[in-house]
Amino acid sequence: MSMNNQGRPTGAGDPNRRRPIAPGTVTSEVLGTISGNKGLDHEESLIFELDHGAVGVDLPDVKVGDDRLGGMRRSARIGLPGLSEPEVIRHYVRLSRKNYAIDSGLYPLGSCTMKHNPRLNEKMARLPGFGDLHPLAPASTTQGALELISQLMNWLTTLTGMPAVAMSPKAGAHGELCGMLAIRAAIAARGENRKRVLVPESAHGTNPATAAFAGFTVDEVPAKPNGHVDAEALKAKLGPDVAAIMLTNPNTCGLFEGDIIDIAKAVHDAGAYFYCDGANFNAIAGKVRPGDLGIDAMHINLHKTFSTPHGGGGPGAGPVVLSARLAAYAPIPLLVADDKGLRLIEDMTAAPDGAKPFGRMCAFHGQMGMFSRALTYMLSHGRDGVRQASEDAVLSANYILASLKDVMSAPFGDGPCMHEVLFDDSFLQGTGVTTLDFAKAMIDEGYHPMTMYFPLVVHGAMLIEPTESESKESLDRFIHVLHTLSEEALAKNVARFVGAPHLAPRRRLDETAAARKPVLRWKPDALKQAAE
Amino acid sequence: MRYLPLTSDDRRAMLARIGAPDVDALFRDVPKSALTSLSTFHLPDTQGELEVERHMSKLAAKNVAAGAAPFFCGAGAYKHHVPSAVDHLIQRSEFLTSYTPYQPEIAQGTLQYLFEFQTQVALLTGMEVANASLYDGSTATAEAVLMAQRVTKRGKAILSGGLHPHYAETVETVAGLFGPMQRTAVTPGCAEDIIALIDEDTACVVVQSPDVFGLIRNLRPIADAAHAKGALLIAVVTEIVSLGLLEPPGAQGADIVAAEGQSIGNGLNFGGPYVGLFATKEKFLRQMPGRLCGETVDVEGRRGYVLTLSTREQHIRREKATSNICTNSGLCCLAFTIHLSLLGEEGLTRLARINHAKAVSLAVRLALLPGVDLLPNAYFNEFTVKLPKPAAPIVEALAVQGVIAGVPVSRLLPHDASVQNLLIVAATETNTDDDFDALVGALKGAL
Repeated sequence: MSMNNQGRPTGAGDPNRRRPIAPGTVTSEVLGTISGNKGLDHEESLIFELDHGAVGVDLPDVKVGDDRLGGMRRSARIGLPGLSEPEVIRHYVRLSRKNYAIDSGLYPLGSCTMKHNPRLNEKMARLPGFGDLHPLAPASTTQGALELISQLMNWLTTLTGMPAVAMSPKAGAHGELCGMLAIRAAIAARGENRKRVLVPESAHGTNPATAAFAGFTVDEVPAKPNGHVDAEALKAKLGPDVAAIMLTNPNTCGLFEGDIIDIAKAVHDAGAYFYCDGANFNAIAGKVRPGDLGIDAMHINLHKTFSTPHGGGGPGAGPVVLSARLAAYAPIPLLVADDKGLRLIEDMTAAPDGAKPFGRMCAFHGQMGMFSRALTYMLSHGRDGVRQASEDAVLSANYILASLKDVMSAPFGDGPCMHEVLFDDSFLQGTGVTTLDFAKAMIDEGYHPMTMYFPLVVHGAMLIEPTESESKESLDRFIHVLHTLSEEALAKNVARFVGAPHLAPRRRLDETAAARKPVLRWKPDALKQAAE
Repeated sequence: MRYLPLTSDDRRAMLARIGAPDVDALFRDVPKSALTSLSTFHLPDTQGELEVERHMSKLAAKNVAAGAAPFFCGAGAYKHHVPSAVDHLIQRSEFLTSYTPYQPEIAQGTLQYLFEFQTQVALLTGMEVANASLYDGSTATAEAVLMAQRVTKRGKAILSGGLHPHYAETVETVAGLFGPMQRTAVTPGCAEDIIALIDEDTACVVVQSPDVFGLIRNLRPIADAAHAKGALLIAVVTEIVSLGLLEPPGAQGADIVAAEGQSIGNGLNFGGPYVGLFATKEKFLRQMPGRLCGETVDVEGRRGYVLTLSTREQHIRREKATSNICTNSGLCCLAFTIHLSLLGEEGLTRLARINHAKAVSLAVRLALLPGVDLLPNAYFNEFTVKLPKPAAPIVEALAVQGVIAGVPVSRLLPHDASVQNLLIVAATETNTDDDFDALVGALKGAL
């Protein structure tokens, strides 16, 4: 048996005698295996390719002879694969092992707030009284659920210093839409026709998309060289046709907009409303109340600040706190208390005096499963823990800034940042290493990359958000890796960057080909050939 | 606090490296007047796991879980048995605590199941392509109407009176900004004449089948009429298990299918989170909202998956995006796809047959009660009965007796006096003959 230069057997013998073993098996210097697997990293077929007519549930074979289907019975097979339970479990366990996760390592995605997801939250959400409760069950059987929502509303309004909150939005962007529709309704109620929404260029993409979705036109406000919104330019754009501004604070450069009270006053003086993107509320929760800043509406991503799990892209929850100027326009359902207990108002025509709901955001009453998790998190932390979490998140980001700004370029690194720290690619100029290469090299080091190329206001952005969930030792290891990577890039030792990652379950994927000729579903071979 | 790893010593050492005297120095950009003290917040302090669990359990105990009583509620959310493997698998850390798969090299697990999910949804609905999920059925329906408005460059949408009223309200709220929304009259148990309303200004017709009263609709004539006028047919399905037994909307000419996937893999959760299914024809691909996962290869030629066609999406296109959606229903679509993989072709069709058989057996028994009329003559696992008295007080009275009889239509249409005697009743594989006896007996006593 031959050995490689580390004295380990290569197994494959003479490289010239190596045969391709499975379609797409390794062709790099990495050892080829008979199975295509690499130790714990298994190649896994699509579930459709594993079909062998088995079944993973035991259900009686009830015959429906005399059906009541009105002649609409299915005439063709669906085409679903059949597998037993052990096969299904193995399939998904193998897939899971190809994912990076917070539970396995630091996940510094700026703006995404990948903090620890306590398991108590999962347990509480699965209590049958919450998890197995029907949204339209009789009111007398759902009082505990309504009380839970009421308690969560109290936490949200108290922490934000706002008088009202709409609970039904299902994610941050849905909350943005809810806030903007409330603003639209308030403007209509004044008999005005304001169509323009001011959005800073550093905003999340959802902000301009939401404004357009709510029927407004978008007008961009530039950033100043110090990363803050240009308050003077913003004020100059205010006018009788401006409906609102949408501002993120702390902003996407990780900076607190210090002019915010002044901006809010100017916005209100111009008859417009102030929407705040609350994606970064986790930097200031328990320290600063958005209501004290002059904000009229702000969504709160329960899946960021209050730790409901991101789940590979949802579900989220995006309740929207509203100022006294907008509270009346909150969508149905509304939660009210009377002598019979708590009850939901689910109909526009039944709204209590003074309420003028703009409509409905979705069926039923919002993301209850996220409410139970978020309330569990809040009760666990308490007000002191919420405040401490914000402080630790800000402290950790500043620690990274202080530890890396000698090698990486921090465009706004002169002052403190909030919960996330922004670097740009100017330190990489002339090294042959790009932001993308740098981030992908982190994957080989066992880290999820930071947010790349966002915000758009700096070149080659790298936005790092460590959250409060990392120990100092964990931060130190991360800093050491980034510091060393930076030094290597600066020394033009580019080997580890070019074409990285080398050690992940997949190397870089061809995204251009995926978009040019989209393959969005599996098809049986026969169908595929017919198409070609 | 058990979730915070930094010790006081750590914090001091970190502040020293930063060169800040205290943590408030890091908040120096915040206006002084806006920095609050802890006592500003009238909220409890940190609690241990035991105390929090006690608090939450007390709240949960005030509710009556669907599994704790003979239970017959449907109307857009259904009680089904979810195999234990589903909840076990979705709680694997690598699924539960990962983000949207923006870094495909280390997110192939999520991406591959999304690709499989898209395939399953396309197969079930009989459509060519499906996206990687939206929030729920109601928001998927609103997105479908917006997409039809983009595709046809027309504003008007005709909403069937059989569309779940919450769905109709959601559509009106969102798509009503871009054109008139015309809701047809409610005709419980019958199909309204929607075809006559389709004209040259119509972007789409939205029809739910089985509809909110349980009636199975024949979509083909509506699709043909819509297409003749250049409009699209949006088919809505709130009980996705029905497609195990019913002709899929794609085979009946639907252009877009918007559906609620909760019934497969997901619990009732008092209304959310659920999972919106969205499928359409390939020719409309670039007008689709939401995330799409596509197959490709890596630099070594190995098959892999990526998020694709993101030039439709908000993070690239900003105000010109097809939707503002960012987060979708990742973990709920994982639950859906695992449960459907366990069911397979045979399991799903058996499950659908059991549901239908249960519903038929219950409907026949209820219709024998004096003064009770069964409204739809074609239904899947849910139907509407007309009682001789208002349904809502009866439902509350039966709840006190420990029977959750169903959803009174007045809960969905409170301003419509003509529906106050109507009760929507769902029966699934979870119902036993004892449940049926309990409902029939209690209802007999109440009428």
